[in-house]
Amino acid sequence: MNGNTILKVNHIDVFHGSFQALWDVSLSVNEGEITAIIGANGSGKSTLMETISGLLHPSAGTIEFEGKDISGLQPFEILDLGISLLPEGGRIFPDLSVLENLKIGSYNPKARSEYTRNLQRVYQLFPVLEVMRARLAKSLSGGEKQMLALGRSLMSNPKLMLLDEMSLGLAPILVNDLYKALREIRARGITILFVEQNVRRSLVEADSAYIMETGRIVLSGHVDDLREEAKVQKAYFGT
Amino acid sequence: MSILMDLATPIVMGILLGGLYSLIALGLSLIFGVVKEINIAHGDLVILGSYFGFVGLTFAGIDPMLSLICGLPVFFGIGYGIQRYLLNRAFRISMDATLIIAFGISIILQNTYQLIWTPLSRGLTTSYSVESFSAGPIYVPLVYLLDLIVAIVVMIFLREFLKRTYMGVAIRAAAQDWKAAQLMGIDTNRIYAYTFGIATAIAAIAGVFLGLTFPFTPLSGMSFLIIALGVVILGGMGSIAGTLVAGIAFGLAQTIGGYFFGVSAQMLVAYTMVLVVLAIIPRGIFGR
Repeated sequence: MNGNTILKVNHIDVFHGSFQALWDVSLSVNEGEITAIIGANGSGKSTLMETISGLLHPSAGTIEFEGKDISGLQPFEILDLGISLLPEGGRIFPDLSVLENLKIGSYNPKARSEYTRNLQRVYQLFPVLEVMRARLAKSLSGGEKQMLALGRSLMSNPKLMLLDEMSLGLAPILVNDLYKALREIRARGITILFVEQNVRRSLVEADSAYIMETGRIVLSGHVDDLREEAKVQKAYFGT
Repeated sequence: MSILMDLATPIVMGILLGGLYSLIALGLSLIFGVVKEINIAHGDLVILGSYFGFVGLTFAGIDPMLSLICGLPVFFGIGYGIQRYLLNRAFRISMDATLIIAFGISIILQNTYQLIWTPLSRGLTTSYSVESFSAGPIYVPLVYLLDLIVAIVVMIFLREFLKRTYMGVAIRAAAQDWKAAQLMGIDTNRIYAYTFGIATAIAAIAGVFLGLTFPFTPLSGMSFLIIALGVVILGGMGSIAGTLVAGIAFGLAQTIGGYFFGVSAQMLVAYTMVLVVLAIIPRGIFGR
């Protein structure tokens, strides 16, 4: 944890057509840390993730990654720089095999040269993927699919991983496994920015957190401070 | 027994002809499966392949099959350019816009062919175009056999390319979920252009073998597009094996239909079969 800012979002506005989904959103992510974005459905969390990864572009404001403005870049250019997004629902390729899904994760030339090493690391993290490597991805269970999505994200050799609700709809025991994997990923020096609806879980796993409501960031800080914050207590823990 | 003997030739011819149909439909199916465009100009690009063989044969005496060595990269380039500089831009407007542009390309190509090669019917006549062989009561022209063999070889190559190379897996990934593909670092516009290029190169092969099998005119593209559309729909869109099976089914329906109801009813029988199959399995034989 060296505390350098790796990602900086400066006052961005994002529109879906004529509907404004993000209003003046700013945040910064420190290298080597886990940062959480917490909020209910429709609060703009996924929009923020898609904007950072280049699927959407801000109409105002900038996004800087390692000091470089990336807000006008295409998704494949942003992935090249070292940001990978695990989209909501995982979105693995159903009619590709498990191994092909992992292979396509290392599509960009930089990651391709480290394919073998990264594949071994993913298999270490999720041994079940090695066992099932020849199966079609659509035949996996929900938890296995999410492991595959996480593994596929890792194959691109990212410096920063964006995870959009990776535990959504999974049994608690599987969620524990995924978060255990997340801690191992972090121990490898990869910075993580994740989106969650589960406030308790987020405040345990992350170092710092941002809380979003209807397209705005309403609260941010270190998780220890946020737990004590009266507004969080009231809104999310009901005390 | 005698009806079976009489039917033997139409059955064999139908299967072999089906090879040509599936080869013509393969590029259309690939573009539909990956880019989700209906390339109305596909038939005309096939006919461009026929004229390409015609020019090589008439002016330089080059065997049409040999002319493909230089034809494949040229046609790949043409297809790549069409997708990259025309259709990828139309995408941003709507899918309807790509349909209209492809229709425009089709009309431009047909008229250009008329201008350059006149509306006369042409054919690729080579030393082997009159060769044939017979096995018992069955009599088969050699080019028909080549049609099926080449179709199968091209399909095996395409299948292995899509399975074994990074580009191939990326093409399949983009076909399944373009947004997720972009997140994997895949430039989907580039992938679409490559796909269109490959499909057009396959169209050139189909065009040469079409020219060896049938006479063609500047307007032939449209009638073969209609056959190819039938094959693609019947086979399940975007499936290679489905395209082969459907092509053969189509060829069989045509020759057997022709045997029973006369030449004028060939297409009627073939399309009735498409309708009946779709009524039973709406996704096509190999549809997902």
